[in-house]
Amino acid sequence: MEVGQMQRTWVEYIKSLFREGFLDSQFSQLQLLQDESNPDFVVEVVTLFFQDSERLLNDLTRVLEFPNVDFKKVDAHVHQLKGSSSSIGAQRVKNSCIRFRMFCEERNIDGCLKCLQQLKEEYYTVKNRLEALIRLEQQIVAAGGSIPIEELTF
Amino acid sequence: MSRNSVASMRWRSEMIDDMILSLSGDQDDVHVLAVDDSLVDRKVIERLLKISSCKVTAVDSGIRALEFLGLDGEKRTSGDGLDSLKVDLIITDYCMPEMTGYELLKKIKQSSTFREIPVVIMSSENIMARIDRCLEEGAEDFIVKPVKLSDVKRIRDYMATRDIRARKDEEGSNFNKREVTP
Repeated sequence: MEVGQMQRTWVEYIKSLFREGFLDSQFSQLQLLQDESNPDFVVEVVTLFFQDSERLLNDLTRVLEFPNVDFKKVDAHVHQLKGSSSSIGAQRVKNSCIRFRMFCEERNIDGCLKCLQQLKEEYYTVKNRLEALIRLEQQIVAAGGSIPIEELTF
Repeated sequence: MSRNSVASMRWRSEMIDDMILSLSGDQDDVHVLAVDDSLVDRKVIERLLKISSCKVTAVDSGIRALEFLGLDGEKRTSGDGLDSLKVDLIITDYCMPEMTGYELLKKIKQSSTFREIPVVIMSSENIMARIDRCLEEGAEDFIVKPVKLSDVKRIRDYMATRDIRARKDEEGSNFNKREVTP
């Protein structure tokens, strides 16, 4: 595939991610922070987000397994995940966290367990999408092209 | 003098020249102390500030921030002034374990050495009462997360005009002194 074609694929793909609500405008903010002096900024932040999220999801699973659930701890973990997903523009993950916190407040264990399941699904879906996006970017750069951020107009 | 000591004197004076060059080059740079317990947020705020021509020191807690400023009550040997560069602005998350951004703000405003440093609070929750409380305690600004480039630009512009105002005040007071002395 030649560079122009790859770039068009990238534009279509990322536009679909915004359209389907996986990403919001905060992700565009991150792209603005990437330049020649920091060419891997987005990948670095996204990687940190993946590591942080998986740790939090594991913690959440453990805390919710206890017979006497510590809802304060659950809420603290979800609050953290809400924060980091919001900071990178992972909109659906953020919205799942918002719903999750409501069930924490109600001390509704069933609600929390369902939310955790949903949250994991949303997280792994956006992780797959972002990894695909990053692979496309790496292919473009390897072929000597640049990532056409300027093509994204909203 | 032996050849060795002349060579070492020249090396030392070159080193000092380099230091002076780098310090004077940094004089116009704003040094920001960023405080946030989230690794992701620290990385983002650090980049936002650097791309806006700020020098950044990022720490993960209020306690570490106080340590950096030397406000933690720990005895330090004098003469290590170069270790902690002058901080021009503190930007801190509100919700942090152990010490909240609000508690950090209070400690800074209680310090005679640091109370003049502007403090900006960041929070994911847009709660009026929280914002009011922080502003009443002396926070310069309150940013609702996620932090964007336009937020950092606003702060940067504020710091730039603060600098101009400070210099104008200095010139004004010098002028008055000239008139008063006979």
